[in-house]
Amino acid sequence: MTKGPAPRRLGRFIGLDARPVNLDGFSKEDQDAGLVAFASANDPEPSVEVDADGRITELDGMPAADFDLIDAFIAAHGIDAEAAREAVSLDDVEFARLIVDPGTPREHVVRLARGATPAKLARVVALLRPVELQMAIAKMRVRRTPSSQAHVTNRLDDPLLLAADAATAVAFGFREVETTVPVNRDAPSNALAVLIGSQVGAGGALTQCSVEEAMELELALHGLTTYAETVSVYGTEGAFIDGDDTPWSKAFLCAAYASRGLKMRVTSGGGAEALMGAAEGKSMFFLESRCVALARAMGAQGVQNGGIDAASVVGSVPGGMRELLAENLLVMLRDLESCSGNDALVSESDVRRTAHTVPLFLAGSDFLFSGFGSILRYDNMFGPSNFNAEDLDDFLVLQRDWDVDGALRPVTEERMREVRGRAARATQAVYRELGLAAFDDDHVEEVVVAEGSKDITPPDPRAVLRAADAILQKDIGILDVVRALARTGFEEEAARVLAMGRARVAGDYLQTAAIFDERMNVLSKVTDPNDYAGPGTGYEVSPARREEMAGIRQQRSREDYVARQAAAAPEVGGGASGGGGGGGATDAPAADGVCGKAAGTTGGTTGGTTGGTTGGTTAAAYSIVQRGVARPGTDPLEVCVGVSPAFAKQLWLTMSGLPVGEALRQIVAGIEEEGCVARLLRVRSTFDLGVIGLTAAQLAGSGIGVGLQAKGTAVINRRGLPPLACLELLSIAPILTAALYRDLGVNAARYAKGLQPEPVRNPYTGQAIEARYHAEVVALAAVEREACERDAPPVDLEMIE
Amino acid sequence: MTPAPESEPVAPQALSGCPLEEITLEAAVNGDLSPADLRIHPETLRHQARVAEEHGNSQLGENLRRAAELTAVPDDQVLEVYEALRPGRSTLAELEATADRLEAADAPLGATLVREAAAVYERRGVLKPG
Repeated sequence: MTKGPAPRRLGRFIGLDARPVNLDGFSKEDQDAGLVAFASANDPEPSVEVDADGRITELDGMPAADFDLIDAFIAAHGIDAEAAREAVSLDDVEFARLIVDPGTPREHVVRLARGATPAKLARVVALLRPVELQMAIAKMRVRRTPSSQAHVTNRLDDPLLLAADAATAVAFGFREVETTVPVNRDAPSNALAVLIGSQVGAGGALTQCSVEEAMELELALHGLTTYAETVSVYGTEGAFIDGDDTPWSKAFLCAAYASRGLKMRVTSGGGAEALMGAAEGKSMFFLESRCVALARAMGAQGVQNGGIDAASVVGSVPGGMRELLAENLLVMLRDLESCSGNDALVSESDVRRTAHTVPLFLAGSDFLFSGFGSILRYDNMFGPSNFNAEDLDDFLVLQRDWDVDGALRPVTEERMREVRGRAARATQAVYRELGLAAFDDDHVEEVVVAEGSKDITPPDPRAVLRAADAILQKDIGILDVVRALARTGFEEEAARVLAMGRARVAGDYLQTAAIFDERMNVLSKVTDPNDYAGPGTGYEVSPARREEMAGIRQQRSREDYVARQAAAAPEVGGGASGGGGGGGATDAPAADGVCGKAAGTTGGTTGGTTGGTTGGTTAAAYSIVQRGVARPGTDPLEVCVGVSPAFAKQLWLTMSGLPVGEALRQIVAGIEEEGCVARLLRVRSTFDLGVIGLTAAQLAGSGIGVGLQAKGTAVINRRGLPPLACLELLSIAPILTAALYRDLGVNAARYAKGLQPEPVRNPYTGQAIEARYHAEVVALAAVEREACERDAPPVDLEMIE
Repeated sequence: MTPAPESEPVAPQALSGCPLEEITLEAAVNGDLSPADLRIHPETLRHQARVAEEHGNSQLGENLRRAAELTAVPDDQVLEVYEALRPGRSTLAELEATADRLEAADAPLGATLVREAAAVYERRGVLKPG
């Protein structure tokens, strides 16, 4: 048998292969390796046995004598024996419905979940479809007000940049700021810089520095951080031991943080065990359910999961993205704060990574991100987040699109300059005052304007290290920072840093899901409980907040578009105009069409049109002068060009940025090039392009007319055609060029001569032309509509070069 | 256990006894505050434990009660206990000794946690070979 040549590859596959999504890895389900999202044959059947003393003697098929570390801890601390039998014997579907049903009180579900074993809760939640998960999340999350966390790191551990970026994150609305280090020993410096920066502009943002457990605790003990999060737990004993901890060491750590007044949550997240080769053949979701049960048992107030380091392992298997969302719900069901992942970048595909985040974003969470990369991707020392600084505008727009509070707000350039400058200067001052490092003013300036660390002159890395070492050696704590800030003129920030210290004494932010708002009010399970119970209940976006979310800097009003048009109007007083009353063509049919005599007339009419180039364009000067009422022509070579009511009166630029006169000149030139005669007229009663074109055709001696709207859309029409029919249409105004207008003129003339020209083709791009321009189209249409004069007949125009 | 009503007025003071309202910028700048003035008081933690229990989270309450005990334990000893509880760090006897030290430091809940760990570690082979 001979092999023929390989068949030619299909273009469709060549194209698809090159798409970003195909850089992602996709795994076949493999139960033995733990590469299964929801249900492995190795997952145990839910079960629970309770002895007469209320002790759990069997958990998910495992007798107490065989409990591993995780079972043992959960059995000892994590299951409410009174609720256990009821929860475990409840029908899975019935349980699932109670979770979703807005009519079943959240507290009822929480009580049942207290008795649910890891296998039971995993099995019940696995039944929920994505939209049911969203409903459940809306109801079950702990805090009513959503919030978000930012990553603030950079490649250089530059303290000034860290502080400026922390202040930037707070300006955007993040209420927790997490930093980490590329160089481990820099940690104390990073913690200090982020602490200072986080209190610029507004108070109350919590900060942490994610490093090795013992170091992280030490920083907390110094008062340089205000919460801890990277207390990792795992769903199998093997993975736990590999992580160099046990449930008891972690539980002790929880108590240690609380003993110093620090808020603390643990970190888990599906796929970690599979990644470590220690999944024991169990599904990711079952193992995550164990982690979350353990977190509750340890007395942590919250869990970070659903899109952490191993998120892409979860994402690689079928149902993986649903699993990640369901992880967040597990936390909420255990009545813990959900710090809901969206942390690790899950895909090279913008479509796919966005699709991962959106369901949770719509449902709302205690923390929508457990690390939005508020710095550039390359500066994120955790690795890129699912959303990053590059995506901040996208995120702000998504909030606005959906009327959903994503916890962020627009920031003006002026405001960002202010907070970055203040944060960098305050940090410079504190480092100098405490004898840690000297950064010069040039460095401050670089930091303020830098997009990321590649834009600044790197500081001496040893200077950062020395500063970090000095912080530990000199035993610098929060009070030293407060004093240094106050002594160097940053009293406001000093007071805010001190307030974070005072907050530890008060202890109210140790409660579940606690954050501070910018007035240092604690929002938590205790003070701001989620009360969602169906439509009309739960968190509501206030009118003020809605306005804030709506107010993105890209938002334009009709006035803005009109002002842009007005700015493109030819200057008054030049060209053919003798008057100074504004740049419009005369409105009323001027007697004998004398231009420039109407200057100063009232009633909205303005002086003669003046021609001229608009900013940056090279179009020749022109003016358009109105003559008498247009009469039917008789010259068989005459082509009429009809323009819209606001053309060269209120509107001066087409959507492609071409001066309207230039578009008109090109059409005329095309007509004349073919030996025909162009007559210009204005249709005043409507701006409907079909009617303008048809009116021009009916008045033209040849029966051929061209219609041209000020926004640049153009049509060729023939006398007698129905209004919606036409010979040719240039419809995509934003990408029309002068050459296309000329071609259109040429063709109009050819029709007039009885020829059959090849139609001018609309240019085409794959761009979202409508998204780009429709907001402006609406504004320009409104201007045209206002310029319409009912029953006013068409008038002849003259264009004077 | 009969939790006190949440409405029970609590005027937090720092570990040092410094009342919350005296933790001011002025005091900080004048050098009138020490680190202990920014440390949480065990009674505050117990109050927060009661609040957590009233809100249906006995485990968070338990954790805050363990934390209350640890307020009196110096930083380095806290780190030592944590280290002793990590896998393979301690023999059974060493964990017993750690528990005894906590007991002596008026941290019985912490001691119980360590003893519980010791028993499970032994059964699961997580002790330091000794």
